[in-house]
Amino acid sequence: MSTNIDHIKEEHHHQPSGLMRWITTTNHKDIGSLYLWFSLLMFFIGGFMALIIRAELFQPGLQLVVPGFFNQMTTMHALIMIFGALMPAFVGLANWQLPMMIGAPDMALPRLNNWSFWILPFAFTMLLSTLFFESGGPAAGWTLYPPLSLQGGNSMPFVIFSLHLLGASSILGAINVIATILNMRAPGMTLMKMPIFVWTWLITAFLLIAAMPVLAGAITMLLTDRFYGTSFFTAAGGGDPVLFQHIFWFFGHPEVYILILPAFGIISTIIPAFSRKKLFGYDSMVYATASIALLSFIVWAHHMFTVGMPLAGEIFFMFTTMLIAVPTGVKVFNWVATMWRGSMTFETPMLFSLAFIILFTIGGFSGLMLAITPADFQYHDTYFVVAHFHYVLVPGAIFAVIAAVYYWLPKWTGKMYNETLGKVHFWMTTVFVNITFFPMHFVGLAGMPRRIPDYAVQFTDFNMIASIGAFGFGLSQLLFVYILFQTLRQPVTAADKSWEGAEGLEWTLPSPAPYHSFDTPPKVD
Amino acid sequence: MSGSSYYVPHETKWPFLATIALMIMFIGLANYMNDESTLTLTLTGLGLLLIVIYGWFSYVVRESEGGLYDDQVDMSFRWGMAWFIFSEVMFFAAFFGALYYARELSLPWLAGDGSGVSTNQELWPSFENVWPSNGPANYGGDFVVMKAAGIPALNTIILLISGLTVTWAHHGLKEGKRNQLILGLIATVLLGFIFVGFQAYEYSHAYNDLNLKMSSGIYGSTFYMLTGFHGFHVTLGAIMLTVILFRCIRGHFSNENHFGFEAVAWYWHFVDVVWLGLFVFVYWL
Repeated sequence: MSTNIDHIKEEHHHQPSGLMRWITTTNHKDIGSLYLWFSLLMFFIGGFMALIIRAELFQPGLQLVVPGFFNQMTTMHALIMIFGALMPAFVGLANWQLPMMIGAPDMALPRLNNWSFWILPFAFTMLLSTLFFESGGPAAGWTLYPPLSLQGGNSMPFVIFSLHLLGASSILGAINVIATILNMRAPGMTLMKMPIFVWTWLITAFLLIAAMPVLAGAITMLLTDRFYGTSFFTAAGGGDPVLFQHIFWFFGHPEVYILILPAFGIISTIIPAFSRKKLFGYDSMVYATASIALLSFIVWAHHMFTVGMPLAGEIFFMFTTMLIAVPTGVKVFNWVATMWRGSMTFETPMLFSLAFIILFTIGGFSGLMLAITPADFQYHDTYFVVAHFHYVLVPGAIFAVIAAVYYWLPKWTGKMYNETLGKVHFWMTTVFVNITFFPMHFVGLAGMPRRIPDYAVQFTDFNMIASIGAFGFGLSQLLFVYILFQTLRQPVTAADKSWEGAEGLEWTLPSPAPYHSFDTPPKVD
Repeated sequence: MSGSSYYVPHETKWPFLATIALMIMFIGLANYMNDESTLTLTLTGLGLLLIVIYGWFSYVVRESEGGLYDDQVDMSFRWGMAWFIFSEVMFFAAFFGALYYARELSLPWLAGDGSGVSTNQELWPSFENVWPSNGPANYGGDFVVMKAAGIPALNTIILLISGLTVTWAHHGLKEGKRNQLILGLIATVLLGFIFVGFQAYEYSHAYNDLNLKMSSGIYGSTFYMLTGFHGFHVTLGAIMLTVILFRCIRGHFSNENHFGFEAVAWYWHFVDVVWLGLFVFVYWL
């Protein structure tokens, strides 16, 4: 046995290079980078699909694509952005930051970590390959509602299996995050001393573990309904298509908080750093995050007010949904109060964070409008809904990811990005994001339905504006990629503490951070 | 590792290979479902997956037996397994939710309750809400219900006893009584496989004699999906217990250090609890 162990320990010093390094790595920084690069790639693939959608919607009538392909684009755009761009981006940030923030050498379960990542490229290859099938890719929307999704072509089992794999990857990743946070903190770092980003990820991981298996159950039922004669979603057999919507949104609503809670954590880290003040109301921030997470499990049916639920259900879900505004309001208040009388500067991460607060709040308010059941009867399945969730996900979640990348890039690489270009990127992104999504409120309220390739002529002007904005937004992100590569070509100059007001254990490490973050646990008091 | 007491594993090829095996398996299965191929590819993938799991696990076992893991690693494993079981609970919750929804909401509505009045009158005026049901269209034809007394009750007793035997084995392990440990495990494994055997017999009985099929409307759907996934988990648990049994025979695990054993025991109790839910809500009520 002892020779075995000597053998194992010897291997430890052997470091493969090239492609094999990335395939076999168990290092949290390597895996974090893999996640982030993968997410960037998916962001552009999903974005390209969005541009196909916006190009078709530039004017009424059918110009560029056939309706079936248009539906595949809306479906795939959502699946890729949610499961391929945003979730991996946050997991990538967690991988990079959590061990550094809690004073650990690495994640708790490094091999599992490798597995969580490597499932993704394969699963997305499978998902994207369905676009080249003779019967096309999935076209029933990312929510996969039956009976429509049951009528899809050969892509259906491929889509479902790829979602199973993505879910498994998320669950394994979340288990790893929880084990890391609960078990690997430096001595002295009690739960209520953890950086707020760590807290938000702990709660997000709980949401992932509770929600993703429910999605797996729902899509498994779809699969057996289609191929093995079960009647979960068939009324004639005693089931109900609405049942799918209930199970799906029991997963789906926690899922949208999975996409936003880590963003809250990022904003709560960056705002204090550039206000040179401690975060206002740390404890209330933690409790607000936990409240949002718990509430997310009892609001799901606000996505389906118009399916004909009993009145008691409509009212229950309306009020629980509105309740979420309370902890979210606490958060927004705390961010603003953190800045109050702070010594503020406006570097790129701060600009994105400020835009986040304003634009995410707009998305939050349109969410409140949608929460009002009778009002939702008018808004349901219109472009108003599209405007709402793009406001919380693009200038919400994506802005937070971009802010995080600018903020921690010097720590990761030891190199500082070009601040002028960063600001140009910020202003282009912010202007175009509003040009793209703000007009959607108007056409939505005026009655333009979502998920259609053609529309009535009176919606033309606003759609043209939105399409121009979308192309501008897409081009602005090429600048982001340019900035990233330009930064990587710089010499190492960044200070260990790259920002004057930055706080946290990660800034006590050298820039770039060493391969194994903390070899000996730091003392936290 | 330098200066750290924490064990950070070096590079590994297993997760990547596991992903490739999974992909082969799922692509094969999807093609099979689309009637475009036989099961060859699926089985190839499954075979590869088993090889990878064997390789990966034996590696971890070697590390564990070589004393590379300290208490902190042990605790990470514990958190990992506990949350994995929680995710499994949520998976079953989706199917239990479907069962409750069908029984409490969709069937009453189809029978004309609440806002279902016109649906009932226009489509299926003669339909009444009686559980078990295969729906207003009588999907799969008339069937006989699986009774709770008989095999399901026997299976309940078998699983409950197996929960006791695995705990008895655990006590043996903690007190250094290796014979008690091995006997307890053998009993648990046997009971587990007897359970699975009874389930298989019950399925064939249901298909051949009772005309109860997966396509027997919502009753057949919930019955087979819940008991099927549970049976699958029992099979996995029994295989895991078998592995633990062989490890114990080889002298693995110590009084204090036996996470592998405990993880499988937790898993076994979990399938036990799920079964109790099944017995009450699927067979009995």
